[in-house]
Amino acid sequence: MAEKHAITVTVNGRLYRAEVEPRRTLADFLREDLNLVGTHLGCEHGVCGNCTVLVDGKSTRSCLMFAVQADGREVLTVEGLAPNGDLHPLQRAFWEHHALQCGFCTPAMLLTAYEYLTTRPDAGTDEEIREAISGVLCRCTGYQNIVTAIRAAAKQMAPSP
Amino acid sequence: MKPVAFDYYRPTSVEEVHALLASHGGGGKILAGGQSLVPLLNMRLARPAAIIDINRVAALEYLHANGDGLVLGALTRQQSLLENRAVAERYPLLVEAVRYIGHRQIRNWGTVGGSLAHADPAAELPVTMVALDAEITASSARGARAIPAREFFLDTLTTALEPDELLASVRLPALSPGTGWSFLEVSRRHGDFALVAVAALVTRDEAGVCTDARLVLGGVGPVPQVVEVRDLLIGQQPTPDAIAAAADVAGAVIEPASDVHATAEYRRHVARVLARRALTTAVERAGGRR
Repeated sequence: MAEKHAITVTVNGRLYRAEVEPRRTLADFLREDLNLVGTHLGCEHGVCGNCTVLVDGKSTRSCLMFAVQADGREVLTVEGLAPNGDLHPLQRAFWEHHALQCGFCTPAMLLTAYEYLTTRPDAGTDEEIREAISGVLCRCTGYQNIVTAIRAAAKQMAPSP
Repeated sequence: MKPVAFDYYRPTSVEEVHALLASHGGGGKILAGGQSLVPLLNMRLARPAAIIDINRVAALEYLHANGDGLVLGALTRQQSLLENRAVAERYPLLVEAVRYIGHRQIRNWGTVGGSLAHADPAAELPVTMVALDAEITASSARGARAIPAREFFLDTLTTALEPDELLASVRLPALSPGTGWSFLEVSRRHGDFALVAVAALVTRDEAGVCTDARLVLGGVGPVPQVVEVRDLLIGQQPTPDAIAAAADVAGAVIEPASDVHATAEYRRHVARVLARRALTTAVERAGGRR
């Protein structure tokens, strides 16, 4: 077995120290070592996008990054969107606009939308929103309401004039 | 879907990378953005003894102006090409091509060097770099050498890099003034690999006469296919008829394969259509008619 490596990772604002085998993916580290099971695994080879988390603020497929690579970096998972149990505006908008059916893609959709709205606070056009979420597959094919929810969340998140 | 065990190295300098590559004698694999390599590891199609993670080699992540050209460090993230003014002004072809690369999650980590070294025949950057006449610098403990992009891709997933060499940077020469561009691609879904990708560059003088033309296709053979269209376009006004003739050449010279995604016949048809559209757009954007 390959030598384990000591890592220090900040996840949702909390510092974790761990020893990991190099082949441990960030997704498995989050789910199995930190018990943060809100990050969902679909294909495990970078196609479905359901394991998307933010690493240093950048959307990242956590099945395509090893935990050892996250050493010294900051990770945001869906659990970090509502740290005190109060829903994030995006989560509230998903709830209100029926933007989740089975819910499997929801964590990845939320984090993908979170990054998108940091770069496009006005949410842009529907086409731009669709392109932004194109890296996450929804098996229920409920994309329409997800687009609607992201647009609604952008309005809620905009600073009042 | 878990990789086999491997040794992990995280060098912070290019010299360390060279030393690690040399000491592993071909058993060491460079990990850059990981968007192509890690799927292969997860599916155990690749089983390297050692992974050399270059993500902390700051000296490889840069984007320098070079006269009117540009030099891209191997670790330049694909997304950063969409956010850089010099790239937008000098190489709009590159911007158009990068927009077709996967999705934001992939472009955030995927690198220029990684895409080129991986050499997927349907990937956008190899096609674009061949069209731009880029020059790739390979470096090792033995020294550095420059390889023209046209000679870099040898076969599917196979490049001119030696086992101890690192793809260090890519140099883009300046484009002639009056050069128009277009990158087009057809895939089954947004962000998928191309069934066919086409890069076109057309240069026209002030009178509108074509002085240079380059057409490169991806997804239709083991390596980016350069289609020689200069004889059909240079020295005249690039009329729709001349463009159509050039596109027919593209459809005729390629030898695409059939697979689950598309038949060879369909790829050939799409190649001809995209070549015509890309050349038409490049001609419209080129110097003469501004």
